[in-house]
Amino acid sequence: MQPDPEMLVRGIRDRNQQAVARAISIIADRRPGWESLLDAVGKEPRTATFIGITGAPGSGKSTLADAITSFYRAGNRRVGIVAVDPSSPFSGGAILGDRLRMQDHAGDPDVFIRSMASRGRLGGLAPATAETAAILAMAGYDPVIIETVGVGQSEVDVMSVADVVLMVLVPGNGDSIQALKAGVMEIGDLFVLNQADRPGSDRLLAEVNAALRLSGDEDCLSRVFQTVATEGRGVPEVATGIDAFLGSLQSDAEKAASRRERQFLRLVNLAVHDMTDEAFEAYRKSGCAPTEGGTSWSEAVRVATGFLDWLRTRPN
Amino acid sequence: MKRRIRILIAKPGLDGHDRGAKFVARSLRDAGAEIIYTGIRQTPEAIAAAAVQEDVDFLGLSCLSGAHNRLFPEVVKLVRELGGQDIVVFGGGVIPKRDWPGLNEAGIRFIFGPGTPMSDVIAVIRENAPADAELAP
Ligand SMILES: Nc1nc2c(ncn2[C@@H]2O[C@H](COP(=O)(O)OP(=O)(O)O)[C@@H](O)[C@H]2O)c(=O)[nH]1
Ligand SMILES: [Mg+2]
Repeated sequence: MQPDPEMLVRGIRDRNQQAVARAISIIADRRPGWESLLDAVGKEPRTATFIGITGAPGSGKSTLADAITSFYRAGNRRVGIVAVDPSSPFSGGAILGDRLRMQDHAGDPDVFIRSMASRGRLGGLAPATAETAAILAMAGYDPVIIETVGVGQSEVDVMSVADVVLMVLVPGNGDSIQALKAGVMEIGDLFVLNQADRPGSDRLLAEVNAALRLSGDEDCLSRVFQTVATEGRGVPEVATGIDAFLGSLQSDAEKAASRRERQFLRLVNLAVHDMTDEAFEAYRKSGCAPTEGGTSWSEAVRVATGFLDWLRTRPN
Repeated sequence: MKRRIRILIAKPGLDGHDRGAKFVARSLRDAGAEIIYTGIRQTPEAIAAAAVQEDVDFLGLSCLSGAHNRLFPEVVKLVRELGGQDIVVFGGGVIPKRDWPGLNEAGIRFIFGPGTPMSDVIAVIRENAPADAELAP
C-alpha cells in the first residue's frame, strides 16, 4: 500500500506519533514514495536546533542526551532524539540500546526517540539521520538531539547535520587523550567532560584546556564543561553554553543560509552514496574487479582506485 | 533489496533480570534483524510508545513475574491506541499453557514457552514479516 505523502505530512504537522514514525521509516528504508516525502520535508524551513553528541562508546552520550532532555522538558520544550548504534558487519543486524539510558522520558509524548542502525555507514551516523531529525523538527520537536555511533575516530558526519556538536570526553580513557592528539577535537564545538565524579576529571580538564589554547582558542573556558550526566550535574551550564555558542555565531539569516547549504550538501552526499553503491556493484559484476585481496588499507585504496579508473573508462 | 525487520524486545513489569530477553535480542540480531532493546522494568505505556515511535514490525514481550495476563494485553491495547495497528506482538518467559488462549485472544499472536529453540522464534518471524522486510538474506 502506497502511503499518501500529503496525508503523512499532515500527520507529521499534527504531531501524530505513528505518522511521524512511519515517515521516518519510509525515508530511511527508501520505501515507495520516499522521494516525494523527502521533497516535502526538504521544503520546510527549519527553525529547530539540532544538537549533536559524539564521543567514545561508554562515555555517556545517551545518559547525557537523557539529562539534557530533562533540562529542556523542565522548560516545557518538546525534545526529539535520534540515536545511532552500529550494525553488525556479520549479519547486518543491530542491537539498538540507547533507549536503555533514556528511561526517564519513555512514554512522554513530548519526547520522541528514534533509534537507528548505522547500516554500514562510517561517518558516525545512519544514512538517513539528517532526514529523520528534519522530520522530528517538522513535528515540532525542538531541540533535536543526535547521538552518533561513537566508534572510530572520524565521526565527521554529525558536523554537517548538527548546529552545535558536543564532544564527550571522560577521565582515564585512552580514547579521550587520543582525541586530543589526533585532531578529532575539530569535530566538537563544545567539550563535555562527563563522569566528573570519577578520578582524573580535573586533569582531563587541564589537558583539554591546554589543547584548545594550543590550537589558538584563548576563550576556551566557555567551551569546556564538566558534567555528571547520571545526576544531571553540570547540564544547565551545558545548555547555557549551547545557547551562547549558537548566539555568538551569526544572525538568524546567516544561520538559515548555512543550514540550507548543509542540507544541500547532505542531499548530494546521499545521492552520491546511492550512485556509488550501484556503480560499485556493477564493477564487481563486470569481471574487472579483483576477486581477492588482503585486508589492509593500502589494498583497499588500490581496489578503490581501480574502481574509479574503471568508472572513467566505462563505455556510456 | 528488502529492508531489515525491526523488532522491539521489552520487559514489562517488575521482574529483575533480563538474561533471557538479552539472549533473544542477540540471537535475532545475529539472524539479521534490527533490535531495539529497552531494558527491564518498563511500564506498558513506555513500551507502547517505544514500539510506535520506533515503527517496529514485531514487539516481543518477556515476563517472568507471572503478571503477563494483566501486562501483555495492556501493552497491546495501548499500542493499538497509539496507531500501531500492524505490529505483530509475541510473548515469552514463563507463561503456563492454560494462559495461552486468553493471551492469543487479547492480541498476543505467538507465545513461546520456556526452552523454545531460537530457530522456532526466527521461523515465526520470517513467516510473519511484512512482504518488504527480511532477516539476513
Ligand atoms: N560514574 C558515572 N557514570 C556515568 C556517567 N554518565 C554515564 N555513566 C555511565 O556510563 C555508562 C555508559 O553510558 P551511556 O550513556 O550508555 O554511554 P554511550 O555509549 O556513550 O551512550 C552507563 O553505565 C552510565 O550509567 C557519569 O557522569 N558518571
Ligand atoms: Mg549510547
